[in-house]
Amino acid sequence: MNRPLYYADAIKEALALEMRRDDNVYIFGEDIAQYGGVFGVTKGLVDEFGEKRVRNTPLSEIAIMGEAVGAAVAGLVPVPEIQFSDFLTTAMSPLVDLAATYHYRIGTALPITIRAPSGGAMNIGNFHSKCLESWFTHVPGLKVVVPATAHDAKGLLISAIRDKNPVLFFEQKKLYREIKDDVPEGDYTVPLGKANIDREGKDISIITYGTPVHWARQAREELKQKNIFAEIVDLRTLAPLDKDTIKESFKKTNRAIVLHEAPKTSGFGAEIAAMLEEECFHDLAAPIVRIGAKHMPVPTNPTLEQYYLPSIQDITTAAEKLMEY
Amino acid sequence: MPMLDSQDLHGFKPSGDAQQPQELATHGLIHSLLTKQDLLNLYHYLVLTRTLEDKIHYICSHQNPKNPLIIGKGYLSTGQEAVSIGAAYTLKENDWVAQSHRDFGCLLMRGLTVDDLLMQYFSKVDGPTKGRDANVHLGNTQKRILGFISHMGAMLPAANGVAWASKYKGENNVTLAFFGDGASSQGAVHEAMNYAAVFKLPVVFICNNNGWAISTPTHQQYAIQDISARASAYGMPGSTCDGNNVVEVYNHLKKAVDHARNGNGPSLVECKTMRMAGHGTHDRAQYMPKDQIEYWKSRDPISNFEQRLINNGVADDFLFKNKKEELAQLVNEAVERISQMPGPTVDKQLDDVFAK
Ligand SMILES: Cc1ncc(C[n+]2csc(CCOP(=O)(O)OP(=O)(O)O)c2C)c(N)n1
Repeated sequence: MNRPLYYADAIKEALALEMRRDDNVYIFGEDIAQYGGVFGVTKGLVDEFGEKRVRNTPLSEIAIMGEAVGAAVAGLVPVPEIQFSDFLTTAMSPLVDLAATYHYRIGTALPITIRAPSGGAMNIGNFHSKCLESWFTHVPGLKVVVPATAHDAKGLLISAIRDKNPVLFFEQKKLYREIKDDVPEGDYTVPLGKANIDREGKDISIITYGTPVHWARQAREELKQKNIFAEIVDLRTLAPLDKDTIKESFKKTNRAIVLHEAPKTSGFGAEIAAMLEEECFHDLAAPIVRIGAKHMPVPTNPTLEQYYLPSIQDITTAAEKLMEY
Repeated sequence: MPMLDSQDLHGFKPSGDAQQPQELATHGLIHSLLTKQDLLNLYHYLVLTRTLEDKIHYICSHQNPKNPLIIGKGYLSTGQEAVSIGAAYTLKENDWVAQSHRDFGCLLMRGLTVDDLLMQYFSKVDGPTKGRDANVHLGNTQKRILGFISHMGAMLPAANGVAWASKYKGENNVTLAFFGDGASSQGAVHEAMNYAAVFKLPVVFICNNNGWAISTPTHQQYAIQDISARASAYGMPGSTCDGNNVVEVYNHLKKAVDHARNGNGPSLVECKTMRMAGHGTHDRAQYMPKDQIEYWKSRDPISNFEQRLINNGVADDFLFKNKKEELAQLVNEAVERISQMPGPTVDKQLDDVFAK
């Protein structure tokens, strides 16, 4: 049975289901036990699963990430939380040097899912707002997931925990209690590496992921008034990338906007644009447009953060321009 | 559990104790080289910091969330002001500080004004970060205050760099580097202390051990009794003091700062105190045991200092009352004034990403 659930609660449900299914699944991180994490996502799990499987840690991201590697080698299924994805910078070496290369070099799979609240538009500044996904899609051996809906957050998290590889699971903290959508009770998966046509359209493909899927929906409504019908491709997983779904959409529309919250420069949009240019050259009716944040640190001030972030108008203006080709 | 004690190494004697800090010597005499004027100066900054932060707390909890004066939350030093203030009072004009996120006392003593700090909280264009960043994320190179980032412990290695520059240039300045009990678990903190000891850098590491890192109590943070016990393992003096006694903080820091200034390298001073509020103004701190709060309330750094000032014939209730009224008025007027000031505009924002 489906019922509307907040994005945050869908994530909690996935954690609880997986911990019930497999005794080796456990969660740990700063303030995640009694306090329930700074966003309340894990609230109550310690009551059901106890302090061994829902464990507070010292303020030690390197040690958290290192533990995940060792525990996975020894047969556990660790699901660490990094309190804000921005603090991944302090745990880079165990993640990108050790975890990411482990299976290729040593031959042992590391089923680790790192939950990391990500993204801004909340006026909380450069150290609590950034979107770092493209730093990690550049690293062979890491999977990168960015769910845009409560339904997908639950299904993708279950898939990530069951996956045999280190998965970075970038929860969109802006969506935690802002969106609610229909989520099935019980167990289901949304496969990693499979994009979703979030909304259909014939004129232009807006290729995006995470919170900006909701911006794209809004832009799509505005564009409809102007008789432009946009299709929204929600990538859901950036690594591995579902090229087929993207290409299929593009072959239909021949026009694409790639949209993300992270800065445009060297962002994940560059990867999509280059891929389409390489693999669908003859389907191009217009240049591929990338929309992302400005190349500056994330300001805390609301006026400045708004300036930093892409706007709905950026999307509609770009779409109208593309239709002129 | 054996307690490491660096006393034999460098003559610092840890006092106090993690779980049961010694009772304040409420009726005792103040043993210090501090003059009467010094004591009154310390009192001034204690009350100023408390008044300013109480006001920030008040604004955060009463403002219209749709049109807030303060962007985000307040991160306050309520109940632990004596650490930052007692420590900063040991510094000379050209010394440096690497503050953490509960060091408004120190910042005020180092020459930032109430106006500066309010402009920072109210995100005003004339503020220390030009209205770009907010609350405790600020710095000021002219006033020799390193620019703080959220990543806990990240400022300690940078404090070493400042200390090294002073040594390099032969300037004989000391750098005070603040961090919390939570931050003490970061690799950067351990690396910085080892590094400073190797290069005998003129830096003093000061831990404000306020019992909590958000919801995590110290026994889930480390397995020793005193963080200062680590000092001897790095090869530097370490001591623990009562962080609620501003004079004791001053005395401990003075030794450590002199030690650094005399070319003898870094020290670690731990100040035991208590965060008498939530992590930020949004956090109601329901995880804190009531008796712990009651216990520390009775050790409030301001009211206890008042009692000691009276007992030592330095001041009386009349002075305290006047001081509080004077500073409340100063802060209230500043709030009125600063709230009218303009915020930043979007033009030219990209110009400062790189220096020209
Ligand atoms: C590297 C890093 N991880 C996590 C956080 C989130 N965080 C902010 S403050 C804090 C607790 C800090 O505790 P402590 O160092 O004791 O300072 P206090 O807040 O008690 O003054 C945490 C976990 C952070 N800022 N930096």
